[in-house]
This record gives sequence, C-alpha cells and structure tokens, in this order.
Amino acid sequence: MSTSAEASRAGTPEIPDSKSRAWGLAHHFESFAQQQEASYLGMWLFLVQEIMFFGGLFLAYIVYRTGHPEAFTSGSHELDITLGGINTVVLIASSLTMALAVWAAQKGRSKGIVVFIILTILLGGVFLGIKTVEYSHKWHEHHVPGPHFEWDGPDAPHVQMFFNLYFAMTGLHALHMVVGMALLAVIAVWAWRGAFTKENHNLIEGIGLYWHFVDIVWIFLFPLLYLLGRNGV
Amino acid sequence: MSDHEQVTGVGAYVVVFLALMVLTSLTVGAAFVDLGPFNDVVALAIAFTKATLVVLIFMHVRHASRLTKITVVAGFLWLLILFGITLTDYFSRGFLG
Repeated sequence: MSTSAEASRAGTPEIPDSKSRAWGLAHHFESFAQQQEASYLGMWLFLVQEIMFFGGLFLAYIVYRTGHPEAFTSGSHELDITLGGINTVVLIASSLTMALAVWAAQKGRSKGIVVFIILTILLGGVFLGIKTVEYSHKWHEHHVPGPHFEWDGPDAPHVQMFFNLYFAMTGLHALHMVVGMALLAVIAVWAWRGAFTKENHNLIEGIGLYWHFVDIVWIFLFPLLYLLGRNGV
Repeated sequence: MSDHEQVTGVGAYVVVFLALMVLTSLTVGAAFVDLGPFNDVVALAIAFTKATLVVLIFMHVRHASRLTKITVVAGFLWLLILFGITLTDYFSRGFLG
C-alpha cells in the first residue's frame, strides 16, 4: 500500500485540490507567502487612504493655526500635558503589545497571541478612559464648541476653532481605536480557538498595521494639540 | 516578501519601544525651551522620527517587498501634494496686496 502511494506521488505532479490544499489558503493564491503579500499590500493601500483622510484635518489645523497663532496657543494651554503624555506612553505601549501579538502569530503560539491582544485591548481601554476624563473636564469648563462654549479671553471664535479641531481630530482618532479594539476582541476569540497558524495569520498582521497607524496619528496629534507655546513666548 | 517570512525579534521591538519613550520625553522637554520658530520644527522632526520607527519596525516595512515600499512612500507623497498645493494658495494670498 505504501509503495503504490509512493509511486503515484513520484509519478504525478502535485495538483492542489480541495483535499490536499492547506487549510486557510484561498484557492486563488499559489502559496501562503503570496497570500500574505497580497493581504499586507492591500492593508497598506487602505492605510494610504486613511493617511489622506486624516491629512485633511491636519491641513485644516495648519491653515487655521497659521492664521490665528495666539488663539491656538491659548486654547492649547487648556489641555492637560500630563494626561496627554500618559496617553502617549500608553498608546505606544499598546503598539508594542500589538507587535508582540504578531510576533507570537509568526511563531505559531496561539496563547501568546491571545495574551498580547488582551493586553493591547486593555491599554486601549486605559487610553480611552483617560480621554473620557479629559473630555468631561472640557464639558464642565464649557470648552466644547457649540451654544454652551464660553471663553473669557480674546479671540473667542478662533479659540473655539481650536477646540473644534481638537474634538474632531481626537474624536476621529478615538473612534478608530474603538473599531480596532472591537476587531481585536474578535481576533482574540478566533486565536483562542486556534484559527491562526505560522503560515496563516494575515488578519492579525493586518489589524496590527491598522493599530500602529492609529498610534502614528496620535504621535502627531500630541505635540500639535498639547504642546503649543509652552515656552512662555 | 520572500517565501520565508522575516521575523523581527522581541529585542528589536523593545529597543524601538524604549527609543519611542525617549523621543516622547524629548518632545515634551523641547516644548518648554524657547527655540523661537524652531519649536515646531523640532516637534515635527521628532514626530516624523517616531513615525518612521513605527513604520519600519512595528509595521515591518523594513522587510517588505519593493511594491509595498513604493505604496507607503506614494501615500506620503500624496499627502505632501495635498499640503503643498493648498498651503501655496493660502500663504500666497497676501502677496498681491
């Protein structure tokens, strides 16, 4: 029996079919490497349009801040550097745990994936918790743009514009984090069930790319929103 | 990407994390020093350095195929076009008096 199997294996070229194909390899890909390359490139194409999406807000920020530097500086002074700084550390730490989750996937360690994803979700939760505290301060101080906005100093309309951009940019950033955490929760369950292998972990790598992108957006938001004119000039 | 996936080790990730922490402290510290117009330049230079570290190491672009690298750089170029053309308009409006 073994000899006939060996003979047929030697005599016929390997033709992939539904039985012999490895689980998780889509039929239109020749190999896991090709499938992974397509997934990785596809995720980057998505992130490139995300760069343009956030880019519009950064552009609005540059235009208004250049036109009204004093108003933007006084608005920025109302933000809490300590809370913003802690959140920067927390978010970069979550990028580290996310990178380690992808590393665990590359090594084929399902439990490692689950642990590092849970840590990433927890750090994301800490970030959003601190953001909630900051938002509620702004609400009580009447610094939320709209009919209840109050500003005693000069140029209230453009200070309000600073807070408009602050809430639009950090709000959109926070929304991205909520989406990322929801995706991570699903992936953690699948990883727990052993859905990912050394060869097939595109979902984890893809969501990892997304999470790091959200981290990069914050890396720019923190100095641009929190650290204006702190040198006393 | 080759057939064998390039795996970045835990050590590299930790080193990058520590570098990002140092750069974060630097950007906070520099904000309190009066550098005149260079405060913004320093803040953005540090932010770009941090972003580049994340893109190359955390996001594995260092080991990516040439096609992916071109895609990443193209995204950045389009951002520069968006900024460049719009700001050329806004900043030159006063030139004609």
